[in-house]
Formats: sequence, structure tokens, C-alpha cells
Amino acid sequence: MSVVPDTTTKVSFTDNNTKFNTAGVQYIINPYDELSLTRALEITEAQGGTVTVIHVGRADSEASIRKALAIGAHDAVRIDADPTDATLVAAEIAQYAASQGYDLILTGRESIDYNGGLVGGLIAEALSYPYVNVVSQLEINGTEATALRDIDGGKENVKVELPVVMSAQKELTEPRIPNMRGIMAARTKPLQVIAASGAPALAETQSYELPPAKGAVKLIDAENAAELIRVLHNEAKVI
Amino acid sequence: MSVLIFAESAEGKFKKAAFEAVSYGKQVAAKTGGDAVVLCAAQNLPSSEDLAALGKYGANKVLSVALSDDRPAAMAEALVAAANSLGAKVIVVSNNYMGKSIAPALAVKLKASVASGVVSVPDTTNGFVVRRGVFSGKAFADVNLTAETKVLSITPNTFTLEESGSEAPVETFGADISQNAFRVNSVSVDKVKGKIPLTEAELVVSGGRGMKGPENWGLIEELASELGAATACSKPVSDMHWRPHEEHVGQTGITIKPNLYIAVGISGAIQHLAGVSSSKVIVAINKDPEAPFFKVADYGIVGDAFEVLPKLIEAAKALKSASA
Ligand SMILES: Cc1cc2nc3c(=O)[nH]c(=O)nc-3n(C[C@H](O)[C@H](O)[C@H](O)COP(=O)(O)OP(=O)(O)OC[C@H]3O[C@@H](n4cnc5c(N)ncnc54)[C@H](O)[C@@H]3O)c2cc1C
Ligand SMILES: Nc1ncnc2c1ncn2[C@@H]1O[C@H](COP(=O)(O)O)[C@@H](O)[C@H]1O
Repeated sequence: MSVVPDTTTKVSFTDNNTKFNTAGVQYIINPYDELSLTRALEITEAQGGTVTVIHVGRADSEASIRKALAIGAHDAVRIDADPTDATLVAAEIAQYAASQGYDLILTGRESIDYNGGLVGGLIAEALSYPYVNVVSQLEINGTEATALRDIDGGKENVKVELPVVMSAQKELTEPRIPNMRGIMAARTKPLQVIAASGAPALAETQSYELPPAKGAVKLIDAENAAELIRVLHNEAKVI
Repeated sequence: MSVLIFAESAEGKFKKAAFEAVSYGKQVAAKTGGDAVVLCAAQNLPSSEDLAALGKYGANKVLSVALSDDRPAAMAEALVAAANSLGAKVIVVSNNYMGKSIAPALAVKLKASVASGVVSVPDTTNGFVVRRGVFSGKAFADVNLTAETKVLSITPNTFTLEESGSEAPVETFGADISQNAFRVNSVSVDKVKGKIPLTEAELVVSGGRGMKGPENWGLIEELASELGAATACSKPVSDMHWRPHEEHVGQTGITIKPNLYIAVGISGAIQHLAGVSSSKVIVAINKDPEAPFFKVADYGIVGDAFEVLPKLIEAAKALKSASA
């Protein structure tokens, strides 16, 4: 589970464009990870089993981890490291997961901040588990999973034996909102903090840049809307 | 030291993404030295003429691998075998769903750095720095890839196709694909028929809650079809099931980068803009002159969609018949 800036965040940078400006930023559970969590709970409620939330990050993520526990996760593990690149994050998670033997590892399709879309696939490969990405339906029958995944230009129904890693797409389920009982229970649920194994990062972000500001909009009179097609053809040359 | 490029095909034909990857890989090879070697792995391979024609986009050599089944994991294994035999230090894939399945597998197997959503040719003056899109298009990050081998997953519709060479030699490449590559079994595939997939579209017409209801989407679809565009929508529209979820663009939908994005009856919320703001030309059509979309649009029409769209459809038809 990754923790990301709220979607209304106005993105800006500090320290000569080398750091994301966290001033005033609200952090949330990555929306796709909320879907993974909820689907995992639905599956365990129907079929038994437990759901563990794993996060690689610092103590400031703990409010979001508690929220995941309030939604219903049974326990949580925070691996204490700066999640600076996908390789490091995935290596830490894979190392921990290998010692636990999970049947199903769900990630999000991507973190909505850095949009890597890599961590799930990296974990799968590190564990030699099969990987199914962008999954919008998931059922578990005994030791077999069936899923519907997005492919370029369509959808594919797949079948795979557990254990497996999958990444969640929208529509996997409806996210749950924690209730009062969940919030109370979350306070005493186990949140284990473990030291990182020291897996190296293989990518370093050097600096950021905002896209160039747009010029003013050219307005076209609604009465003369056909003019738009003409300018798109002759001026913008896109059609 | 070669650059290895994955050229994706479907039903025996290359996709535009494949040409972009080859053309991009050639530019990388020009920087790092060495050949641009292309690998095509599929059950139904393109014809040998089509394979050789990748030379036009800069391929020095094309390797083909016949697969027993089109699994991304099998394509990844073929690429790893080729990278090892060539000693390739840079591997290029397209950042579409296929590329996103393959790139992480390559990175782990080759102990490589990996960057997805790449929008620049690497800068090798000081390290190996590529620019990638972050915050769903709200910003860019320059990332130095520090491992000896690098996997680059490039954003579709970002790099212009450079035609330089002529035909390239084609060789069959014998890659041993393990049973592990076939653990995920395809039960059925449902291709969107007769429509341009949104992720590959150069032109997109998109509708929001201002379209009032699914019964009015005929106007969006007709304009799209006249222009040869794909259709998209805002989040509430797909949440209300007026449109399928794969049309939902934005921070929690897909990020697109077409040459033209026409937003009809969409207010322009920050989460929506995140997914579309890197479009080359943006048009907003909205009855509210204060709609935030007008702040990021190149062209705008303040007006009622139900009056404006029929005029646009007429004009698009006229343009089509004029250029036919
Ligand atoms: C966590 C989170 C994630 C989100 N992610 C996304 C996302 O990925 N993508 C996304 O799109 N949204 C997303 N949203 C929702 C976003 O905040 C907006 O609510 C949404 O984009 C609004 O959709 P809309 O523009 O279609 O509808 P509205 O905001 O209702 O806008 C409708 C527009 O249509 C115009 N209009 C009405 N009638 C007409 C007419 N007859 N002719 C012309 N114009 C007309 C109105 O003036 C108005 O501007 C997210 C929100 C949250 C909280
Ligand atoms: N720091 C992290 N800790 C735990 N899981 C993460 C972390 N970063 C990413 N993930 C998971 O990997 C998915 C894809 O992330 P990314 O590759 O960063 O786009 C996310 O949706 C999460 O499920």
C-alpha cells in the first residue's frame, strides 16, 4: 500500500526543484490500494484468511496505515525506509513476503503520485510468482484465481494458480469507508515496524519540472462553431 | 553494446507503438553507440517483409521468436535471452499495458534500473538521465538510472517516427521459454471492435456530466467517428455507468497524451486535468464561461453542447468530403 498526496494537491517543488513541496499537502491511501484492500477483505470474509497491509515508508505514513486497519485489515507491517524508487520498495516487500508465504499479493495499478506502475510486477518477479496486471474483477476458487484484466484495446479473462501477484484497476470493487467500530478496533491492531534490509535504489530523481504554462485560450463564437474545425485543420494542424 | 527494442505486434501486424519504440531505440543507440536490435515475439508473427521493414525506423537487425502463446511473461523471457546474448545494456518497451507487464520482469531478471513513462532520449553527459511524467502529467521528473543495464518504458504518442534506414536483416532467435512463462492462462479475450483504443488514439473526443445522460452520447460518438477519434469521459460519467470504465481519464483513470483532446461538458477539475493536460491541443466546450477547463485549453467555445456538437459534426463531415 502506498501513501500519496490527495488528488486536489497543487503540485510544486522546493530546494531548487529537487524536492516535492509537502507544505499543506494531505496524504491519503493510494486509491487503487483502497480497492485492493477492500477486495482482499471481501475474499477473506467469504472464504477465511487474513489481510496484512505492507507499507515501505517512514513513521509519517502511520495515520494512513491506521486507516487501512480501520477499514478492516487484520494487521500491518511498515518497513522503515524512504520509498525513493520502485526497485527498492519492491525488493523490501518481496523479501518480507517470502518469509510469510502469502497466497495473494495485491498492489495498485500505479501510485497516483509517481505513476511508476512497477512495484507489483517487480515483487512478482522477485518471488517468481506469476503477475497479472490491471485487474478489474477477481475471484478466488480454492487454489485458483480468475481475473478480468485490461489489455491494449480490450479485456482478457485469465486463470492462474495461487500464489500470484495482481495489480488493481478501478472497478475491482467499491472502496469501504471505515466505521466507528473499525476505527476503535484499529487502535489496538498490530502495526509492526521492521528494519529495512538495505536493498539499493537503482534510480535517483535529480530534479522536477512543471509543464510550461499554457497561453490564453482562443475563444470561438458558439454561433460559428464550424470555425473550430477549420482552425484545428489549418492552424493547429491536428485534424 | 546494443540497444534492444521490443516491437509489439497484434494479429500479425505491428502497432504504432512498435514503430515508436524502434525509432526511439535508434536515437538511444546513436547516443550510447552500438546497434539498434529489435525483437518481435508472438504466436502470430508479422510477415518477413514487415519485420524487415522495421529497418526504415532504424533497426539494424530484427530477431523473431515464435511463441506457443502470447503471454507477456514469455515475451519478457525472450527479451532477457536476447539481451544476454547481445550484451544489450538498454532495453526499450512501450509503456502500454503490455509494456507495463513486461518491464518489471525484465528489470528483475537483468538486475536493471527501470523507468516507466519516459518522455525523453537519455542524457548521457553525466550519468544516464531520462525525463518521465509524474503526478499524472502535472509534472516531470529527471531520473538518473544507476544500474549498468536500463529498462526504459516509453510513453506512447510522444516520439515522432524518424524514418532513416532501409530494410533490416531478419533472423530467427531461439529462446528457451520456461514453463513458468505460461502460468497465467488466457480463458477469453474481448477486443473492442471497430473502435480506436483510447490509449493509442491521436485524437480524442470526451464527454462529461454536461452531456446529461448516456442517451446523448450519439453526438460524442458521431463527432469522434467523423474525426477518426476515440471517445473518453470524466469520472462521474463512468461512475454512473453512462460509459464503460476504460473510457475514464484523469488521475484515477488513465493518462492520455493525444494530439487533440476535445472536452465537452467537462468542468476541468484538477483530477480530470491531471490525466489529459499533456495533450498537444486542448479544446473545451462548456456553457459556463468560468469553467476551469478554459484556463488550460488552447481553443474554447462557450456554448450549449447540444447546439455546438451538431455544427461541429457538420463541419467535420464537410472537411472529410473536401479532403476525400
Ligand atoms: C480522489 C478523487 C479522484 C478523482 N479522479 C478523477 C479522474 O480521474 N477523472 C475525472 O474526470 N474526475 C476525477 N475526480 C472527480 C473530479 O473532481 C470532478 O468531480 C469530475 O471531473 C467532474 O466531472 P464533470 O466535469 O464531468 O462534471 P461537472 O463537474 O458536473 O461538470 C459538468 C460541466 O458541464 C457543463 N455543462 C452542463 N451542461 C452543459 C451543456 N448543455 N453544454 C455544455 N456544457 C455544459 C457545466 O458548466 C460543467 O462545467 C476525482 C475526484 C476525487 C475526489
Ligand atoms: N512505498 C510503498 N509501500 C508499499 N507498497 C507500495 C509502495 N509504493 C508502491 N506500492 C504498491 O505498488 C503499487 C504500484 O506502485 P508504483 O509502482 O509506485 O506505481 C501501489 O499501488 C502499491 O500497491
